[in-house]
Amino acid sequence: MHEMSLAEGMIQLIEEQSRQQDFSKVTLVHLDIGKLSNVEVDAMKFCFDAVCQGTLAEGATLKISQSPGIGWCMECAQQIEYQSLYQACPLCDGYQVQVTGGNEMLIKELEVQ
Amino acid sequence: MCTSCGCSQGEARVAGSAIEHDEHHHHHEHEHEHEHEHHHAHHQHSHQEHSHVHAEDSPDIHFGQGPARSHAPGISQKRMVQIEQSILSKNDQYAAQNRSRFAQQNILALNLVSSPGSGKTTLLTTTLNALKERLSLGVIEGDQETANDADRIRATGVGAVQVNTGKGCHLDAHMVGHALEKLSFDQQGILFIENVGNLVCPASFDLGEAHKVAILSVTEGEDKPLKYPDMFHAANVLLLNKVDLLPHLDFDVELCIENARKVNPDIEVIRCSATSGEGMDDWYRWLEQKRVAQLKKRLAPLREKISQIEAILDQGLLAGGAS
Repeated sequence: MHEMSLAEGMIQLIEEQSRQQDFSKVTLVHLDIGKLSNVEVDAMKFCFDAVCQGTLAEGATLKISQSPGIGWCMECAQQIEYQSLYQACPLCDGYQVQVTGGNEMLIKELEVQ
Repeated sequence: MCTSCGCSQGEARVAGSAIEHDEHHHHHEHEHEHEHEHHHAHHQHSHQEHSHVHAEDSPDIHFGQGPARSHAPGISQKRMVQIEQSILSKNDQYAAQNRSRFAQQNILALNLVSSPGSGKTTLLTTTLNALKERLSLGVIEGDQETANDADRIRATGVGAVQVNTGKGCHLDAHMVGHALEKLSFDQQGILFIENVGNLVCPASFDLGEAHKVAILSVTEGEDKPLKYPDMFHAANVLLLNKVDLLPHLDFDVELCIENARKVNPDIEVIRCSATSGEGMDDWYRWLEQKRVAQLKKRLAPLREKISQIEAILDQGLLAGGAS
């Protein structure tokens, strides 16, 4: 359940930002969790709610966007849509694919007051 | 949670003692400097830093242009703050500190990952016994509880620090940084970091290692690389362990390797058995190859500097070059 550590890391980043950008309450947290990142969105929501208790983000809405997985097939020399790390290239059925997008885990923005 | 350096303080313990925040070391100071840089960078991203707005092309200040359309002294309005920061950025900062420390001390750091029971600790003790006379070695042992594994390692005569993660399912770079304080190295060698037995969570957390080494035993399924793709995707080499048991098992080695390469086309595979010794020389050769590669990478810029200085020396003031 590393989502718990990730959620704790998010609160740390948010608290750091609150000191730098002078806010005391967070009402919305917008994340981008790529489809190929090692994160389960439901687990993340659960952990976020648990970790936010008693912090400046308590009760905040968690909005999660999911960037699509993108790969580069070395055989086809072409960008492909990539749903999972064990999937073959939809064009050549080969596995010479490098992940080029969709593995990010970002805090994009916060709604604060 | 530590408010000065931001590390989460849960139940993690290094060599039995809780990670204390007054134990923090010089490298955190660097981080604080870093944070200031972040501050300035992100400052510009704030949509509405103050509760009044300096409209472009206008010398006037309008207090009613924020989202709340009004202004009350001392009360800021709701606003959006763009961050675009990786959730793992804290961990990655600590990992970068560990990595530069490993480079400076000529240490090859390896992150050993596997499921529980793959034979990691036996493989490690066999490796240590084979190499300890020739190289400086060290081990960081990660487990939820007990110091059993560190005790097994210390029985070989190699220094080991046990990190207990408590409820945690993985080691993070900050825990490793603290563990490093307790290990001594003779300015060179190999550090083995045995992660918590878990094929999911440790995949996401960079510890500052040069390579992730995945260990899979032939008593597990051939489809493990497909079931746990993140880990096999993140690993550089796969040690297929316990191959001495193959005659007694219905395990398709080629299929397992094929599955691993579906997830990671570049993964190297070494078949070995820590018990029978089969394939262990291939593993030691791999270690030597990576150790040499890391040292040579370090040597290249230093050689460049030397030849620059030699060129300066050659430009003598008098005819005939420097005396």
